[in-house]
Amino acid sequence: MSRWLLRRLVDAVVTFLLVAVLVFVLMRLAPGDPLDRLTEDRPMAPAEQARLRTLFGLDQPLGTQFVRFAEAAVRGDFGASIEYYPTRVTDLVTSRLGPSLLLGFTVLLVNLIGGVWLGVLQARRRGSRLDRWLTRLSLAGYAAPSFWLGWMLVSLFAIKWRLLPAAQMTDPLLPPDAGWLSRAADVGAHLILPAVTLSIVSLAATMRYQRSAMLEVLRLDFVFAARARGLSERRVIWRHAWRNALFPILTLLGLWLPILVTGAVFVEQVFNWPGLGSLTAGAVMTRDYPVLMATALLVAAAVLISGILTDLAHRWLDPRTRDG
Amino acid sequence: MTPLLTVDNLRVTFPRAAGPSTPVDGVSFAIDRGERVALVGESGSGKSLTCLALLRLIPNPGVIAPGSSIRLDGTEVLSLEGEALRAIRGGRIGLVFQDPMTSLNPVLTVGYQVREAVTAHRNMSRAEARDRTIALLDEVGIPDPAERADAYPHQLSGGLRQRVMIAIALAGEPDLLVADEPTTALDVTIQAQILELLDRIRARRNMAVLLITHDLGVVAGRTDRVMVMYAGQIIETAPTARLFAAPAHPYTQALLQSMPRLTGPVGRLVSIGGSVPDPTAWPTGCRFHPRCDRRITPCAGEVPPWRAAGPGQEARCWLIEGVAP
Repeated sequence: MSRWLLRRLVDAVVTFLLVAVLVFVLMRLAPGDPLDRLTEDRPMAPAEQARLRTLFGLDQPLGTQFVRFAEAAVRGDFGASIEYYPTRVTDLVTSRLGPSLLLGFTVLLVNLIGGVWLGVLQARRRGSRLDRWLTRLSLAGYAAPSFWLGWMLVSLFAIKWRLLPAAQMTDPLLPPDAGWLSRAADVGAHLILPAVTLSIVSLAATMRYQRSAMLEVLRLDFVFAARARGLSERRVIWRHAWRNALFPILTLLGLWLPILVTGAVFVEQVFNWPGLGSLTAGAVMTRDYPVLMATALLVAAAVLISGILTDLAHRWLDPRTRDG
Repeated sequence: MTPLLTVDNLRVTFPRAAGPSTPVDGVSFAIDRGERVALVGESGSGKSLTCLALLRLIPNPGVIAPGSSIRLDGTEVLSLEGEALRAIRGGRIGLVFQDPMTSLNPVLTVGYQVREAVTAHRNMSRAEARDRTIALLDEVGIPDPAERADAYPHQLSGGLRQRVMIAIALAGEPDLLVADEPTTALDVTIQAQILELLDRIRARRNMAVLLITHDLGVVAGRTDRVMVMYAGQIIETAPTARLFAAPAHPYTQALLQSMPRLTGPVGRLVSIGGSVPDPTAWPTGCRFHPRCDRRITPCAGEVPPWRAAGPGQEARCWLIEGVAP
């Protein structure tokens, strides 16, 4: 077990280093340059440009640039953003991480509870009218582009009916002396539309996976045997059947965890949500190398860590893999 | 004394595109307290569905047809729902399955699965349930029961798993234990052990046992009475010794002849020509007549009545010169 974990950790570290090198090199090979954008609409003297290049270390050869980056990154310093100079990249990322996590966890919770429950319900009533309608609705949600769905919800709930805020995470007109309760209510109201949008487009996957996993388990002998020993239907479904049908959901969860951290680019843009997704999208447009590097590494770390966590959970939940 | 279980005109039907199929078609029998009865038949004869019907566990989309009756101690099982039905399942009637490899939940410990069967039928504290679980595992001959309770099914051999399944079936203190081919999936050496175990437990608890099997060899010496099933119906019932000595129905005779014997001259094993007919279109008259080499005039056209063929022995065959019981 510990040997297995050690090997997984070593693998993860090696992968992480490879990703770091690749992203660093590819980013600089890609066309475009952070200074291009700065000089786009206002001509700049060549001497001034050279000074900026030196400031950001862009005049150095690629190898030197990487070594400088790595030396600083190991100490937790990712330099200053080019776009938001002189804001430090770490400050920028940490301020955006909270909103992304808030949105991500809300969606994850809705998704897990709702998707699992609906998927199990569908499997139990396979072929019924309810099953067919839930399939249609969930697939319609899955097929809807998130930015379009976001706009539609905004135009209905925010513009037409004026029930919910259209964008941002907080109301700028909220008095600065407002209590924590009204602040939380304010954030909650702003959270509803982006969370609903993301939940609708992602719920179908959980439901479909859960439905088919459950259907497969429900026809196994031990479910029948559980019923034959006089257990309640709830116990048969959840303790016996679902306990064996949660592994695909666990895998799906592992694929989602990174999105929690990285944020949802489209939805964050539509709702002007101050998360990492919109920060990354902006950094791509402006070729803000330090910000891009930090977010790319954050994604890589999230993917690798969630992979290990998923495997650990799998081993913990399935006794057959424990002895292997 | 009224019998423990009375099954009357049990019919199980499945809707099919070609018309309804009736794999169990008019089965009637009774089992007394403490009696050991065998239900014997080929695959497809309807014996497994008959025993599942006792617990109302007919798989979808099958239904028990109206007009059927299953009475347990005078209570009509077919009119029970919810709690009352669950009290029968595992409580009054315990069920042992054919394949212990697939009948235990792989992610729950065997102790947990026995314990939940115990607490499903009796209110008791955690400690009591735990003690009861270990006592049950001990009763079915599992060594180190306290330790084995924490094992997962994949850590146990097939024989031990079937013992666990028997412990689960006993957890509700049933009056009737239904064992559906309990040894078919096991090694030959383990088969005898499991059958002996079932015998010992039955004798100790004085519960009735309904043993379902396709193997007449399993039946001899272990049951009081044998019912032979063919094409959805019981066609002969007799005390076990009588059935082996003087089978009355040509199907039973053929079944016995197809069994290898250790004594007597070694000859070719006889097999019965043809196969069990299709339940969507049972043959008219006697259902065995297309495969019977002794058929006479009425066999194809008229359903044979029950006839007494010997002490405690009855069969449905036109060849028997007896009076209707």
